[in-house]
Amino acid sequence: MTDHISTKAPAWRQTVGGWMAQFSRSRPTRPGETYGVPGQGETVVLSLATIAAFIFVWWLVTALGLVKPLFVPSPQAILSKFVDILTAGFTGTPLWEHAGISAARVFGAFLLACAIGVPLGLAMGMSPLVRGIFDPPIEFYRPIPPLAYLPLMIIWFGIGEVSKVLLIFLSVFAPVALGAKAGVRSAAIEQIHAAYSFGASRWQVLRYVILPSALPEILTAMRIGIGFGWTTLVAAEMVAATKGIGYMVLTASQFLQTATVIMGIIVIAAIAYAFDLLMRFIERRVVPWKGRM
Amino acid sequence: MALEISQASVEFPAANGRPPVEALRRVDLTIEPGDFTVALGASGCGKSTLLNLIAGFLAPSSGDIRLDGAAVEGPSADRSVVFQKHALLPWLNVIDNVAFGLKLQGTPKEQRYEVAEKFIGLLGLAGFEKSPVYSLSGGMQQRVGIARALTCDPKLLLMDEPLGALDALTRERAQELILRIWKDTGKSVFFITHSVEEALFMGTRLIVMSPRPGRIAHTFDLPFSQRFCDGEPARQIKASSDFVSLREEVLAIIFADEEEE
Repeated sequence: MTDHISTKAPAWRQTVGGWMAQFSRSRPTRPGETYGVPGQGETVVLSLATIAAFIFVWWLVTALGLVKPLFVPSPQAILSKFVDILTAGFTGTPLWEHAGISAARVFGAFLLACAIGVPLGLAMGMSPLVRGIFDPPIEFYRPIPPLAYLPLMIIWFGIGEVSKVLLIFLSVFAPVALGAKAGVRSAAIEQIHAAYSFGASRWQVLRYVILPSALPEILTAMRIGIGFGWTTLVAAEMVAATKGIGYMVLTASQFLQTATVIMGIIVIAAIAYAFDLLMRFIERRVVPWKGRM
Repeated sequence: MALEISQASVEFPAANGRPPVEALRRVDLTIEPGDFTVALGASGCGKSTLLNLIAGFLAPSSGDIRLDGAAVEGPSADRSVVFQKHALLPWLNVIDNVAFGLKLQGTPKEQRYEVAEKFIGLLGLAGFEKSPVYSLSGGMQQRVGIARALTCDPKLLLMDEPLGALDALTRERAQELILRIWKDTGKSVFFITHSVEEALFMGTRLIVMSPRPGRIAHTFDLPFSQRFCDGEPARQIKASSDFVSLREEVLAIIFADEEEE
């Protein structure tokens, strides 16, 4: 008689294996859910908890005096700085005006980039002629950091609003145009053929089939584009600005006003995030069919 | 009206190191008004190429295609297509999808909804006018696709395996529905399918195609769809001895083609 060989793994491996199993196979779903959808589940509570934990640790570190306020000011200091600048202003300009001017620059550049980029991107997707002409310049300048061509902007367009808005415009334009170009491909060829077989003209196919089906990609590209716009804001406001959140952050950093720097960063993030939420809301309203057919 | 294809050949040029493909060789086909022509054949026999020729998506390498004596030069609303995958527009609801063809032709909104409503009723979609198409089942989506093609009032309805994606039960119901509509509207239909039973049941004429080069190998005149329209039950037709024997005959032809590969 041979020895009985245990088929059971040792206890520690079962525990680890049990924990690991969630990565190999998930539990059966509850009714109303779909099995195996990647990453499904609510995240709001977890996200709020993360933010709360982050602020708590931040507060703890500063309250215990582990880090000097010059490097990391306390959350309360940021808040009081926010109230201070909100009421008293920064370099004589109230906070809402800084924020308003920056937002005007970013959204102005964004609207301009969409107004030109979307039609041009669609034209690039539709016509080999247009694509052949515009693909090289866009692909050439797209990966260049805006700070690299900032001096050129100043030399060519001066230190006024034009070079600021243009710098932001360029950073938004490429992703929007390329997104619209790629979006042209999202219409199924059967949808296009169907339209033609119902007597559509080329223009009608563009208007009623290709444009609507490109809309999800265009909206995504716009979200990515405005993100690039905000990242370029500080660079743009390096150019002889006297107002704007980017200007505020830059000036404060030169005087080692860390609280103002962090407050400015949070204001930029808050505006950008609020706009992104708006875009997501628009996306749900305008393209509810996205990914469903 | 009649669609006449005479001596049409299609040769796809060589590409990626692949030799040129003769997709269709000297095809002759006439579709008379009220004909229900079904094309059947092994994959690669040129069924879809033939449909693309008729639809005007593809120009023949040689030969010509005439509708009512006028050469076919591109797609047009007198030859509406129903696709295997419905190809509906998900941003439009059911009625706007059905009325889409009329919108393209510039028909005013009230009029096109009136026509669309008629075909929505005909295809059993009443009550779903405002539903988004992505919320419908596959069978209903396909019916929207058929209604959409019918609203254009085409002379010839081209159907490229319209029922291929449906389950067996829905498929049989859809077959009967299409036959009733065909009878009611008097349209000519060109219908592609992989199913021998479907082909025999639905067509007034069956063309069996063979691959390499794609060509029409056999033509049969079929009585079964007429018998269905005269009131004989579908199951009874499909179980009748002449149906079964013809099915075996056609299957033998197709299997012979498949085995040549």
